Amino acid sequence: MYQYDTIDKEMLADRSAEFRGQVARRLSGELTEDQFKRLRLMNGLYLQLHAYMLRVAIPYGSLNPTQLRKLAWIGRTYDKGYGHFTTRTNLQFHWIKLKDAPDILDHLASVDMHAIQTSGNCIRNTTTDPYAGATAEEVDDPRVWAEAIRQWSTFHPEFSFLPRKFKIAITAAPKDRTAARVHDIGLVLKRARDGALGFEVIVGGGMGRTPHIGPTIREFLPVNRLLSYLEAILRVYNRHGRRDNIYKARIKILVAALGKEEFAKQVEAEWAKIGDSVDLPDTELARIRGAFAPLGFETLPDRSEAFETAKASNPAFARFVRNNVKPHKKSGYGIVEISLKAIGETPGDATSDQMDVVADLAERYGQNDIRVTHEQNLVLPHVKLDDLPEVWAGLAAAGLATPNINLVSDIIACPGLDYCALANARAIPIAQHIAEKFRDQDRAEQVGELKIKISGCINACGHHHVGHIGILGVDKKGEEFYQLTLGGSGAEDAAVGSMLGPALPYDKVADAVDTLVDVYLRERQDGERFPDTFRRTGVAPFKEAVYADAH
Amino acid sequence: MPTLIELHEGIAKTVPDAFTHVADDEDMATGDVILSLARFQSDGDRLLSEGRRIGVRLKSDEEVEALAYDLPRLTLVALEFPKHLDGRSYTNARLLRERFKFAGQIRAVGDVLREQAPWMVRVGFDAYEPADDASANEWQAALNRYRHVYQRAADGRVPAFAEREG
Repeated sequence: MYQYDTIDKEMLADRSAEFRGQVARRLSGELTEDQFKRLRLMNGLYLQLHAYMLRVAIPYGSLNPTQLRKLAWIGRTYDKGYGHFTTRTNLQFHWIKLKDAPDILDHLASVDMHAIQTSGNCIRNTTTDPYAGATAEEVDDPRVWAEAIRQWSTFHPEFSFLPRKFKIAITAAPKDRTAARVHDIGLVLKRARDGALGFEVIVGGGMGRTPHIGPTIREFLPVNRLLSYLEAILRVYNRHGRRDNIYKARIKILVAALGKEEFAKQVEAEWAKIGDSVDLPDTELARIRGAFAPLGFETLPDRSEAFETAKASNPAFARFVRNNVKPHKKSGYGIVEISLKAIGETPGDATSDQMDVVADLAERYGQNDIRVTHEQNLVLPHVKLDDLPEVWAGLAAAGLATPNINLVSDIIACPGLDYCALANARAIPIAQHIAEKFRDQDRAEQVGELKIKISGCINACGHHHVGHIGILGVDKKGEEFYQLTLGGSGAEDAAVGSMLGPALPYDKVADAVDTLVDVYLRERQDGERFPDTFRRTGVAPFKEAVYADAH
Repeated sequence: MPTLIELHEGIAKTVPDAFTHVADDEDMATGDVILSLARFQSDGDRLLSEGRRIGVRLKSDEEVEALAYDLPRLTLVALEFPKHLDGRSYTNARLLRERFKFAGQIRAVGDVLREQAPWMVRVGFDAYEPADDASANEWQAALNRYRHVYQRAADGRVPAFAEREG
């Protein structure tokens, strides 16, 4: 993992000192709430329905045990004993007192963490594949570039007051676990025939009110020219992105208005003028790359007796392995996904005690490496198969062994009306009702991969557009209704879901999902996932079944 | 009249403003003046021939390329921040310094707040008309807040990756 040096640490210390001064000016009355708002929003501090919320950055979703324990401690000391992992792989504390915020930032800085650029119209946390460095699918380690972007984008002199927020995702595997095509910029790391590394550059994807699957504007960008190319894209956007309407201000609107050819032409013209002065020198790239050098893996046989024995004798462990353990590039190791979607709980929440358990397991069995996924789960990327029974037992004892990764109850949901001032409808209880419907794990496994995503309003924080089943809360004359969409995907087969039919009332949504799943099970052909069946059959059989039930 | 803070060799000082902002619908002032792009294009030649020093004030939606051929005749360029969140003038300032090698004053006008100082100085602004009554000392404190920077920009500061090479 990348280790902060003196320079990185002093940047955080300076930021923390600046924020302490700003909070003091607010508490003394020198600043009004309105004046303070623009300052706190540069630093991840939001005023929500009930309290201040602090959003802590987790750059490219990577944590060490010391950091995770510090987050647990902050949750216990300053919040209600838990935190909420977000789809940007950050962590939110929802019950923060303003007077505590400067101390919290100091505690974060003590473990090389911060809240920089977790809000505001700037370049937000760059996300990447949670399996980076562990999966055999990747052509190279994408974290090298995520770290390069972290540094380049931090307090960027020109691009800190963009028309709107700006999000970048990087994947280095053909199986996209980052939703790259629905980001402002998606980068897909590829290797050319001559072995050179480069990026496919996708610009102008996004969700919100007007979902777009981002077009590719460059098939192959040499990796060492990444930062100058990003500067060219950001400059075109900073100058020409709309600033008159917050809902039309994301780069997707500019790319769609110009057309991808014209947008690409403008970027290339600007890039030619910029030259390579902002690109990192090879020495710095080598320094960063060195921080992500492969870990000291042991040479192990493919087969672990301890692992096989536990699987044969313990069906619960076997089920966990089937759903939550993924193949590692090194024989004798596995990638372990920890679901934060226990049935009946809030998706993405973890208690401080649970965070401590994960930190301990990562330290003992996981090479001190913890990842956060954009689907709001955690990952221990490097666990020996020999150790898996102990890891599972530790997780199970903490309520963290829910065996539902990618299954119907592994739901993304925004905070919804329960917490958010923008929401039209509740999201978390809908997720809980659906999870309850599929409490029978045999049935959930029989259904297989099924991504349900729920947003409490049109801003789409729950990514409903790209859910295999998407659920959008709407307000109809003061009542909560839900619009269902089918066939969306945020992965390499990215697509925006299509409307099922008229919106359903709150208490009919879980039943409707149940019906949709029944139709899928009836219609599916060999090996088809839910979206595959939907794309083949079209909406008709699904629509017929749901509305026959509803009326 | 707004306070003018100028930056000379890293030191922020309050200075008397030799220039008068002249709006398009105002009568021409005497002495050194700051004009809109449109007014500069119609009256600039005459005023320059009178031996006055001229500055041009660009709105945030006007691009600095429009001034490219006139830059050698200008003493200063004022870039507007209609709202502090409108970040287009950062690009204009940086291009003035880096691409057009403009050596005159680049002045920030409009909704100019001390919290913007660290960004403004990096893209090449060296004069500021603060909207929040910040004093030169307060402005200086904001400028000096960060010991390091991560990027190369118009201020010539050594970025972290170059510092690391020693």
